[in-house]
Amino acid sequence: MKEAMKTVQASPRGRAAPSAIGALFLRDLRISRRLGGGTSFGLMFFLILVTLCAFAIGPDLALLGKIAPAILWIAGLLATLLGLDRLFQADHEDGSLDLMLMSRTPLELIVLTKCAAHWLLTGLPLAAAAPFFGLMLNLPVGQLWSVTLSLLAGTPALTLIGAIGAALTVSLRRGGLLLSILILPLCVPVLIFGVAAATAGPDSLVAFETPFLILCALTLFAAAGAPFAAAFALRLAGS
Amino acid sequence: MRLSASKLTVERGGRTIFSELSFGVESGACLSLLGPNGAGKSTLLRVLAGLLPLSRGAVSLSLKVESSLPEEAHYVGHADALKNLLTLRENLSFLAATLDARQGGLAIEAALAAVGLLHAADLPVAYLSAGQKRRGALARLLIAARPVWLLDEPLTALDAAAQDVMGKIMAAHLAQGGLIVAATHTALGLPGPELRLGINP
Repeated sequence: MKEAMKTVQASPRGRAAPSAIGALFLRDLRISRRLGGGTSFGLMFFLILVTLCAFAIGPDLALLGKIAPAILWIAGLLATLLGLDRLFQADHEDGSLDLMLMSRTPLELIVLTKCAAHWLLTGLPLAAAAPFFGLMLNLPVGQLWSVTLSLLAGTPALTLIGAIGAALTVSLRRGGLLLSILILPLCVPVLIFGVAAATAGPDSLVAFETPFLILCALTLFAAAGAPFAAAFALRLAGS
Repeated sequence: MRLSASKLTVERGGRTIFSELSFGVESGACLSLLGPNGAGKSTLLRVLAGLLPLSRGAVSLSLKVESSLPEEAHYVGHADALKNLLTLRENLSFLAATLDARQGGLAIEAALAAVGLLHAADLPVAYLSAGQKRRGALARLLIAARPVWLLDEPLTALDAAAQDVMGKIMAAHLAQGGLIVAATHTALGLPGPELRLGINP
């Protein structure tokens, strides 16, 4: 609250106010923090999924270590989906989306900003926590960094693809399930190359670089295309 | 400045909301949209705001600068566009950035004072009453100067004193050469034409 006071005093007529994009980014981070545990819920969900898998597979440590990258990636994918249905829906319900649609800031840029805020609160903590959860799954130490790097490079693509689904289901009351059905198939390429990069370790046959670069390409491709698709869907949603 | 619409027709879901609607408003005047519930007043305002597509017809705003109507307009709909978790001040500073307040407009403090909400500036919006939220939503008309105001029942939930204040704010906007299109059920007491919408069978 004090920081807000300061910015107001510094910019009495809004001239020096942060740009619309910066203000939106900060607003989304602030709302998520006030909601309580925006980040920690995602991490808890990730932890529970990983633990459940370990219990389900049983005491075969060798098997667990072998499939750990896949478990971490699927858990990461599901944890990213969490809260994605509210990405635009909350703004649609309280009328903020109308203002964004009318704003001089391109809607595509607004979508990209909201995705960036969402990823910072879900994808980034997941990638950061992955090495610890990897240890729980008996993941070989050499592969810890490749899992982390692959999640770091791949989760932005999941958020961006998810944004298309979130925009398509923006006016649906219970759009969460439809959102999952719509976007999970689209996430398959990211999952394939993500797990391929994650399984690569110092003593594995698979090279890390090839799938990792394709994963990076998928993320860049999603960053270039998804904002346009999502913005198009949002413009249609009003009519 | 003149806002003119010719032969507007809007169809949604196979139903004609209104058809062949034409009107014109000069700056300094308020066009009051009247009609029973469901006549299409809100739809017309959303069309003017660029949020709904027209089936036929055209809307034009004559301006000196090259700009479109949605970019020159404030739209205050039924929803207040305020985030419950943020304080009024945080909400308005976000809105000031989104609405591009560089064009001039009141500071957040002054806008809140004008609508009588300065004492509640640091309260989360969730704690405010319906009338206070409405006043907070109307405060954004003041923080960014835009020539056209599209207001959907602006006086809903406001008490008598706040209705009076809002009337004065709207009159001042008109006196400065602004233009208002307002859907309303009560007379706003502002100069300008009326447009009556009826329910299409």
